[in-house]
Amino acid sequence: MSVYLPAEFNVQIDHTLCRRCRRCVAECGFGTLSFKGDKVVADHKKCVACQRCVSTCPEAAINVVKNPLAYKENHHWTPEHIKNLHKQAATGGMLLTGGGNDKVYKSYFDHMVLDACQVTNPSIDPLREPMELRTYLGSKPDSLEFRYSENGEYKLKTKLNPQVKLDTPIVFSAMSYGAISLNAHKALASAAKECGILYNTGEGGLHKELYCYGENTIVQVASGRFGVNQEYLNRAAVVEIKCGQGAKPGIGGHLPGEKVNREVSQTRMIPEGSDAISPAPHHDIYSIEDLAQLIYAIKEATGYEKPVSVKIAAVHNVAAIASGIARAGADIIYLDGFRGGTGAAPTIIRDNVGIPIEIALAAVDDRLRKEGIRNKVSIIASGGIRSSADMAKAIALGADAVAVGTAALIAMGCRLCQKCYTGSCSWGIATQRPELVRRLNPDKAAQCLINMIRGWSLELKEILGALGVNAVESLRGSRERLRGIGLNETELNILGIKPAGR
Amino acid sequence: MRIDARGMYYRDLNKMIHQAVKNGETEIVLDNVNGQRYIGTGINEKVRITVNGVPGNDLAAFMNGPEITVYANAQDGIGNTMNDGTVVVHGGAGDVLGYAMRGGKIFIKGNVGYRVGIHMKEYQDRVPAIVVGGTAGDFFGEYMAGGILVVLGLNRKPGDPLTGDYLGTGMHGGIIYLRGEVERYKLGKEVEVFELNEEDEKKLQPFLEEYCAHFGFELEEVLSVPFCKLLPVSKRPYGRLYAY
Ligand code: SF4
Ligand code: SF4
Repeated sequence: MSVYLPAEFNVQIDHTLCRRCRRCVAECGFGTLSFKGDKVVADHKKCVACQRCVSTCPEAAINVVKNPLAYKENHHWTPEHIKNLHKQAATGGMLLTGGGNDKVYKSYFDHMVLDACQVTNPSIDPLREPMELRTYLGSKPDSLEFRYSENGEYKLKTKLNPQVKLDTPIVFSAMSYGAISLNAHKALASAAKECGILYNTGEGGLHKELYCYGENTIVQVASGRFGVNQEYLNRAAVVEIKCGQGAKPGIGGHLPGEKVNREVSQTRMIPEGSDAISPAPHHDIYSIEDLAQLIYAIKEATGYEKPVSVKIAAVHNVAAIASGIARAGADIIYLDGFRGGTGAAPTIIRDNVGIPIEIALAAVDDRLRKEGIRNKVSIIASGGIRSSADMAKAIALGADAVAVGTAALIAMGCRLCQKCYTGSCSWGIATQRPELVRRLNPDKAAQCLINMIRGWSLELKEILGALGVNAVESLRGSRERLRGIGLNETELNILGIKPAGR
Repeated sequence: MRIDARGMYYRDLNKMIHQAVKNGETEIVLDNVNGQRYIGTGINEKVRITVNGVPGNDLAAFMNGPEITVYANAQDGIGNTMNDGTVVVHGGAGDVLGYAMRGGKIFIKGNVGYRVGIHMKEYQDRVPAIVVGGTAGDFFGEYMAGGILVVLGLNRKPGDPLTGDYLGTGMHGGIIYLRGEVERYKLGKEVEVFELNEEDEKKLQPFLEEYCAHFGFELEEVLSVPFCKLLPVSKRPYGRLYAY
């Protein structure tokens, strides 16, 4: 039936430029291109606009354009709705997608601007003055007590809860081995180590080759508990209970058996070829008390030496939930907004469920402050953080650090074609096909990630300098340094910021 | 080593147990246990822990080796994500036993609650097993992906059903053995009832023997009622859901 679906993209091959090297035929993970007769021909319907052929063609002989096919103009029945209905009529299934919510909801990041010093207070030049980005994740005490030691020094008397140090307030988001390739995981892990930050295994277990990056690893305990054992917990710097994901709040995960090859089966600790089903809820967590029970089970199993994080999707009553999580004994709350990415999710969920991270973050920070428990948890904000500006704004809204997933993938080559669920990623990222995985060089990809983290950190320092502060700590939760543009009163109120001009 | 757990905060008790294991103790007896959670959690050594009294939730969670014997009833969450070891409960137990358990054995003399064996999985030589001497509540073997679950229904009051409803819902691996018959309406839509073959009998026998040895039952009596087994009808209960 799908034959009746028109192609989304057109692959344009300039045969006068083409030198018939056939490289593009091999490069396309989706089987779009083939060599017939004396030239490369395209099966346009297979093209997903991943730009692999365009980027690798030595003669720049290929371009991919949107199929200009006209639909009768209709602002309600957009071509997307029509195409989706045709697809469903042909298959009877749920529409799947990858990446994050791409709909035209308002981006609050784009309606907030940062402050800077002028005349009456000096800005700081980060090139000359030290600028502190170091961030500690973990539960902070209500107060500190010191004692005066014999040799005349002040010593900390308060026993601190476990803290994990980040050299810059960024972590890589949870992406499981299975959803992405081992080479992609290796790149994330080694870049995290190099940058003094953390990467996150997601719920797919920990590959043996990554054991050496333990100090830079967040391991997840999700509802399916894949690959979770004593060693897995003990290797990590942080253990995270995954309750939700911004791209699919309330929805479980499901890695189909055909993607569970030998290697994936080893890290997930399930037989080869069997489905890896993560139900939507943890069936031992139906309340905050139950969550507390799992948090402390993990703390008992790891000797109270590691912070325990709880990851939730940003949903309507996220503030109340976060308060419960803080009270349940979590050390970190990981908030994932509705722009957060995914390897696979029903499109209808990705695009219609959850709330923006900016709003959720402001509401959570506010609530925890009002209840006097903000110090009990660190907040990691994620879900569509695209640049150091988004990061700085998130920190000003109350985040201790941000998590980046999609941005990290893009740094490794991803073109956001949103076909991660097909396992055919031409860039060797969201795939397990050996010939595709091979093309992602983990060292080179790691260098790209390191470059990105370096660039963002430099920019953050510039922002801090402009703000006249010399530590990211001084920006944290400092909403006075943000102003809204084009936001109504309720929105400003929720974000806890003034409009520009006030 | 003996520890009097009367009135002790669970964290202090578990610290003492962990310390004892570190010191090389192999036999630990806990007296007057009364609801303390996480006993045996995260222990990797093959020690023996005897619990006199009712342990709290998450007994043997993330456990990887010990043998725990409870001389009383036990509560919820026994063997949560357990990797190896044995738990023997001389009484009944609560809900969600063996959540995502990947190895080891749990023997419960009496009845168990809801969602027992949920998401149990096997991997390579690790085949976890739970044997329930009495009856089981709803959602027994939910999402089960591997391992062995056994319900014996011994000492039942007349009219007491062997299991609750939604038996094996979402099951996509492993085997459930039931002593007696099961009404069809109780089955989750992912499972079917089969007769035992020789291989099943060989597989089941050692668990039944061990159960009888722990709790003093006669194997003959246990075997006097024919068993049936439940298997998933598809390894892919959730295939064909998506339009690619
Ligand atoms: S799917 Fe990617 S590689 Fe294949 S033709 Fe389209 S843009 Fe080129
Ligand atoms: S990871 Fe690969 S498949 Fe997924 S959006 Fe990026 S380029 Fe496409």
